Amino acid sequence: MLVKGKKAALLGAAAMVMGTCVASFAAQAAEPVKIGMITTLSTGAGYLGDDMRKGFELAISEHDGKLGGSDIDLIVEDDGLKPESARQIATRMIESEHVDLMTGIIFSNVAMAVVPKVVRDGMIYISTNAGPSVLAGAKCDANYFNAAYQNDNIHEAMGQYVQDQGFKKVYLLAPNYPAGKDALSGFKRFYKGEIADEVYTKLGQTDYAAEIASLRAAKPDAVFFFYPGGMGINFIKQYAQAGLKDEIPLFGPAFSADEHLVDAVGEAAVGMKNTSHWSPDMDNAASKKFVAGYVAKYGAKPSLYSVQGYDAANLIGSAIAAVGGDMSKKDDFRAALKKADFASVRGNFKFGNNNHPIQDFYVREVVADPDGGFTNKLVGKVFSDHVDAYASECKM
Amino acid sequence: MLLFLEQLLNGLQFGVTLLLMASGLTLIFGIMNLINLAHGSLFMVGAYVGATAIAHGSGFFLGLLTGIAAAAITGMVMEFVIMRRLYRRDHLDQVLATFGLILFFNEMVSILWGRQPIAMDTPGFLSGTVELIPGAPYPAFRLAVIATGILVTGLLYFLVMKTRIGMWIRAGASNREMIGALGVNISLLYTVLFGFGAALAGLAGVMAAPFSAVQSGMGENILILTFVVIVIGGIGSIRGAVAGALLIGLTDTLGRVYIPDLMRLWLPPSVADGAGASLASMLIYILMAVVLAFRPRGLFQTHG
Repeated sequence: MLVKGKKAALLGAAAMVMGTCVASFAAQAAEPVKIGMITTLSTGAGYLGDDMRKGFELAISEHDGKLGGSDIDLIVEDDGLKPESARQIATRMIESEHVDLMTGIIFSNVAMAVVPKVVRDGMIYISTNAGPSVLAGAKCDANYFNAAYQNDNIHEAMGQYVQDQGFKKVYLLAPNYPAGKDALSGFKRFYKGEIADEVYTKLGQTDYAAEIASLRAAKPDAVFFFYPGGMGINFIKQYAQAGLKDEIPLFGPAFSADEHLVDAVGEAAVGMKNTSHWSPDMDNAASKKFVAGYVAKYGAKPSLYSVQGYDAANLIGSAIAAVGGDMSKKDDFRAALKKADFASVRGNFKFGNNNHPIQDFYVREVVADPDGGFTNKLVGKVFSDHVDAYASECKM
Repeated sequence: MLLFLEQLLNGLQFGVTLLLMASGLTLIFGIMNLINLAHGSLFMVGAYVGATAIAHGSGFFLGLLTGIAAAAITGMVMEFVIMRRLYRRDHLDQVLATFGLILFFNEMVSILWGRQPIAMDTPGFLSGTVELIPGAPYPAFRLAVIATGILVTGLLYFLVMKTRIGMWIRAGASNREMIGALGVNISLLYTVLFGFGAALAGLAGVMAAPFSAVQSGMGENILILTFVVIVIGGIGSIRGAVAGALLIGLTDTLGRVYIPDLMRLWLPPSVADGAGASLASMLIYILMAVVLAFRPRGLFQTHG
């Protein structure tokens, strides 16, 4: 028995060695690029990550399962909006699944738990949404690219717009987490009038009756709020129910008025102005092709999250093509990413010194869609080639 | 002063929503000795089915009834298929199984309705505001929620205190073995009771849908607070659920509004808001700890 067992073990070991050799030979022929995507697919904010993934997958399917000429092995995992589980997934993806690069995180608090660690260990990370200020400034990293924006940008645009429109006393609301603080400081950077009050609520809060009552009592002449996903739906609905919709105008970033959010809010959102780096009716070839392709593939409207997934995938594709699919050429790959040589649906897009986008920002208005739902319409441009406020602190 | 009254009303409304959830859960918990983490999922089922019915033109009241019925049926099926097997297991098994149900229901809802939140508008006749306190217009729909809550609590009180089923329920809460020995069909009583608790959760769900996002996972936030309510009120006690729900509703709302204000007296606004918001969200747990320190079985303890 004993001898038999030893023999079997020996045989097994031999088989394993041979297996590895064969595998590594095969690998050299055409190894797919392995992309690890950690994103938020569950909880109330699950649709944000779902949209982003759909955009990313659309770009892959437009190129017959490839990006930049290489086969793509996309591994998607749900972080459930929990920083600690995102961190565990990241470790697993790097250590046992050996991904070549990572992407996908939606929320800044999740990103802060994962990104600084993985880029320090040499992994390339491409953000499809979260752009916390720390990662754009002093702690910028050659391995970290943001294909979306720096968190403050879209709020800065609204600050400028509200300032230009001549509002004198604005009430601010945001959830109490990194992106919430970035949002309000971004708004205040360009809005110079009086701040009636500045309120930070719990992340994921569902009822805003108390905040709305205080808001009414403060008598502002405009409200700026940053509530993405379900929080935004709750807030806008309750704001309209309190009878404030026609009294005090609401302004927000695109996160407070994405395509699904305004559909779920309905009539109460109509007329709301919001700022974004993209709009469904944007007039460029890449955007038109993207919207048509998205609707055809998923039967649903794309949101700004879909855009960011799609652009990130095409950006990655451009860099994979530049290194001919050989992901071991890390320096070349980084240099190719930095060139941002792809047709962004946002039109102007290039990377600044801190690997964050330099792009244009627009104002949109929520309108009723001819086919029943609600959508956003472009009404003007606020910034051209806007650079984020932290770029100068980055020593790259 | 006006603002304070309005905030009291907000706290009351929140408390009433919690009460609808807590009364069903406390009956199930107290009488069947079953921890049902999936109670929030029944809230979600009510909201989804109600909103879908209304979107297909059923009108508000029919939609409300559909949502309640869907939650009740889901609850009874859940009891019949799964919960029955758990009564004799210990609480940890129940927590594990019903946590699994939460994941199941969240995924099921995503498959059936998609991940995007769905819309439900306020019914037309309740969409305006009412000036209950002069100078502070209050959303009519929130008043309707308060009225519904009071009505249902009255009904529940009557049911539990004045009827035969209520007597069994109270007896069951005090001594589970005895009532079975007296010939009451326990298994039927449990199924009906579970369905009834589910119906209350469904009602809360449909009533919450017009002012909140109808989306996968929507039941979880309210579930945590509901458990706090039950623990404070005393497990199995309807009176406890009423007291606990109002206490939590008011504490949460007033804490959220006034603690940051209070902290601004000493601290700059940005720090005060951050610290205030954290302290406010801790407040209900502090309250729970204080209550439990003095009355370990809650404010209105039942026997058992």
